Formats: sequence, structure tokens, C-alpha cells
Amino acid sequence: MSLIEITEVRKSYGTNEVLKGINLDVEPGEVIAIIGKSGSGKSTLLRCINGLETITQGSISVAGAQLIDDEVHLKALRLKVGMIFQQFNLFPHLTAGGNVMLSQSVVKKTAKAEAEAMARKMLDRVGLGHKFEAYPDELSGGQQQRVAIARALAMQPIALLCDEITSALDPELVAEVLAVVRELAAEGMTLLMVTHEMKFARDVCSRVVFMHQGRVHEIGRPEEVFANPKTPELQQFLGMH
Amino acid sequence: MIEFSTWDILRNLLLATRWTILLSLVSFVGGGAVGLLLLFLRISKRKAARAFAKYYIELFQGTPLLMQLFLAFFGLGLFGIDVPAWLAAGLALVLWTASFLAEIWRGCVESIARGQWEASASLGMGRLQQMRYVILPQALKIAVPPTVGFSVQVVKGTALTSIIGFVELSKAGTVVTNATFQPFTVYGLVALIYFALCWPLSKSSQILERKLNVAHRNH
Ligand SMILES: Nc1ncnc2c1ncn2[C@@H]1O[C@H](COP(=O)(O)OP(=O)(O)O)[C@@H](O)[C@H]1O
Ligand SMILES: [Mg+2]
Repeated sequence: MSLIEITEVRKSYGTNEVLKGINLDVEPGEVIAIIGKSGSGKSTLLRCINGLETITQGSISVAGAQLIDDEVHLKALRLKVGMIFQQFNLFPHLTAGGNVMLSQSVVKKTAKAEAEAMARKMLDRVGLGHKFEAYPDELSGGQQQRVAIARALAMQPIALLCDEITSALDPELVAEVLAVVRELAAEGMTLLMVTHEMKFARDVCSRVVFMHQGRVHEIGRPEEVFANPKTPELQQFLGMH
Repeated sequence: MIEFSTWDILRNLLLATRWTILLSLVSFVGGGAVGLLLLFLRISKRKAARAFAKYYIELFQGTPLLMQLFLAFFGLGLFGIDVPAWLAAGLALVLWTASFLAEIWRGCVESIARGQWEASASLGMGRLQQMRYVILPQALKIAVPPTVGFSVQVVKGTALTSIIGFVELSKAGTVVTNATFQPFTVYGLVALIYFALCWPLSKSSQILERKLNVAHRNH
């Protein structure tokens, strides 16, 4: 059984069908890069896996549990799958430490001392142990994104969804975030990441998914996909990058 | 005829001012509580709850406060319930205040970036937890200046309750005028007292707003 099973998933906004039957099985420890043009449905797919959008048809299961749209099931799902966003979305009224502690205390009812210890550990893991007391607006974009990663990790998810997590960063800050992701991958974390960093995808990912017009247009190991794109759409897409 | 000194007049007016202040406080605190409830309904996931809050707000904002006072005072009487003026005044003002505060606060909640909802949802928080720990702490800061500003309207709104016979500052003004035949002095003092109540409120609302704009910091 795969860790994440996406079967014939369709998603429409009104009459606009954005996902047109997606099939994808993700094994534990896989790192999957999702590439494709803007508007091809990459974000929508990740958002469906996390239950931020409800799917119109098909099924998604994570670690054997079906994604069902009610608060109890969604919460259970979200404890298993963390999500990192392009815009960081840190809570601006809380310190870095507070950001990492909040959901532990509120959702998992972890005791304060324990949540704080976990927060320090996770901030250390992303190289920001010394920024525990800093507020988000005192941090660089790269640091904010690393705090967001620590915040997701503190919930001990079995998989992480990353939606263009370096796209809002100044070029010189991209590397520090990718280094953290690279380390997570090496530690065996299951990752689904939408990315434009082709070199990173080539180096780190076990499989590359090319999405086009709401479908998985091509899928394969990065060396195949990048060296021998089969479809003209992927050839064109790679030509631009 | 008895002679009234300005001090006599002022003393009587100030005594009645206590009721204006009390009624304002009750309206504001009660209206705040009902307003918070309405806010939750207004942004609820349930369509019926949203619709209820929407129509409530439109109804109370779309009719004069005076009519609401009349309805509370005379309307309940039709059902054989004898409503004292203070109760009708308090009830109408609480419901009226709630409709405005709910709408002010909804604007503040909706000004919080969607990403805050998504990030907190992706961490497993339920809707109430999101509100309590993520959205409201941020919305509250934005909400303070307009909320304090609206309290001025509440204070002035209490003047209308004189019409159903609740003896607050305005009503006391009329009573004292009838006894002293010095309308200009009396109503001049009444106006001054209202100003003394309202001006600090609107001024502090302005100062709070300026402070909030200067402080880019969100904490
Ligand atoms: N909330 C929404 N309402 C309506 N249409 C949407 C919504 N979100 C995304 N879409 C549409 O879905 C399509 C795919 O969007 P998205 O998944 O964000 O693409 P990508 O991440 O690959 O750029 C786009 O055409 C977009 O306009
Ligand atoms: Mg996208």
C-alpha cells in the first residue's frame, strides 16, 4: 500500500474543470517534484491532498485513511500531512517559537514545556534555534520560510506538501531553504513539492510529475524526464527553463 | 416661584448623566457580546447561520433606532408583557449596537489574509481554534479604533430613549427646563455634558488609529 494514493481525482470550480482525473501513488520516503506551467493545476492538487479544497470526484487516501470532508477526518489527515506555502503564512502576532508551539498546544494539547522543547528542537533543525524570540517581521524571507517548515515538522507529519516554497524569496535566500528541504529528504521524509527549481528537482527528487492542463502529462525518474522528455508539451516547458 | 441656580440645574443634569453612562455601558458591553455571537454566525460555514446574521444586521441597520425603541416598548406590551422603560431602552440599544459592531468586526476579520486561515487549517486547527488563536488576535488590533469610534454613536443613541420615558440626560434636560423655564442654559449644559462624554472617545479612536498606522509591527 502506498503512503498517498490519489485515484481518478477531479476538481472543478464551477464549470472550469481544473483537475481532470489525476492518478498518483506516493511511496514512503519518496520525494516528488511537480512541475508544469502556471495554471496547470499543481497548487490545486496539493490543496486537495491537504483538504483545503474538496475534490469533485475520485479519492485520496493518506496512510490508508480516506480523505473525507468533515472536521474530524480533516483534522486527522492534517496531522499526517503538513503543508508549506509560497507566502510563508507565519502568524505575525506570535514569535518564531510561538508559531511552532501554537498548534502543538492547541491541536495536540501538548503541555507547554514539552511544546517548547519541541519548538526549540525544530527551530534548531532548520538552523534558527537562536531566533526563538524573534517575530516574523524581524526575520528575512528565507528565515520565515524555515520557521514555517519547523512549524509543520513540529506536528510530526509523515509527509510534507510544499507549494513553490522558494518562489517568493529573493534569489540569494533560496539556497538556505532548499538546503533544509534537501536534509529532510535525506532523512527520509516523504515530500511532494511544486517547484521551479529544476536543478534541485534533478538532484533530490525520486520522481518528477509534469502536469499539463489538469492531467499528469508525464511522470518518471528525473534523469529520464529531463533527458528524454517524450511529449512536445514537456519539451517545450523544459526548453523555457 | 422657586429660583434655580445654575448649580442646581447642573447638579440635576449630572445626576441623570449617571443613567446615560450606565445605559451606554450596558448597551456597549451587551451589544459587544451579542455582536460577537453575530460575527461568528455571519462568517459561519452554515448557510442558514450566515443568512440569519445578514438579515438581522440589515434589519437593525436599516430601520431607525427610534422605531426599534418604540417596538421594544409598545410592541411587547401587545403580548401583555409590561415593559419598563429602562428594559426596553437597554434591550433595543443592545440589539442595535450588536448589529453595527458585528459588521465592523466582520470587516476586520475579513481583512486578515486568507493564508492565515489556510496555514492554521493545515496545522489541524478547527474553526473555533483558528478564530481564537490566529484570526481574532490579529483582527482585534484593527478593530479597536472603529469600535471605540462607534461607542460615540452609542452614547448619542441613548438620548433617544428619553422619548419612551427613560430618565437619562436628555429627559432630565426636558424635566429641568419645564421647572426652570431656562431652556437655553439647560440644553446648553446638556450638550456640553454629551460633548464631555463623546469627545474623549472620538479623540482616542483617532489617536489609536494613528498609532496603528505608524506601527507596522503586528505585535
Ligand atoms: N479558488 C479558485 N476558484 C476558481 N478557480 C480557481 C481557484 N483556484 C484555482 N483556480 C483555477 O484553477 C486553475 C489551476 O490553478 P492552480 O492549481 O493554482 O495552478 P498552478 O498552481 O499550476 O499554477 C487555474 O486556471 C486557476 O484559475
Ligand atoms: Mg500554484
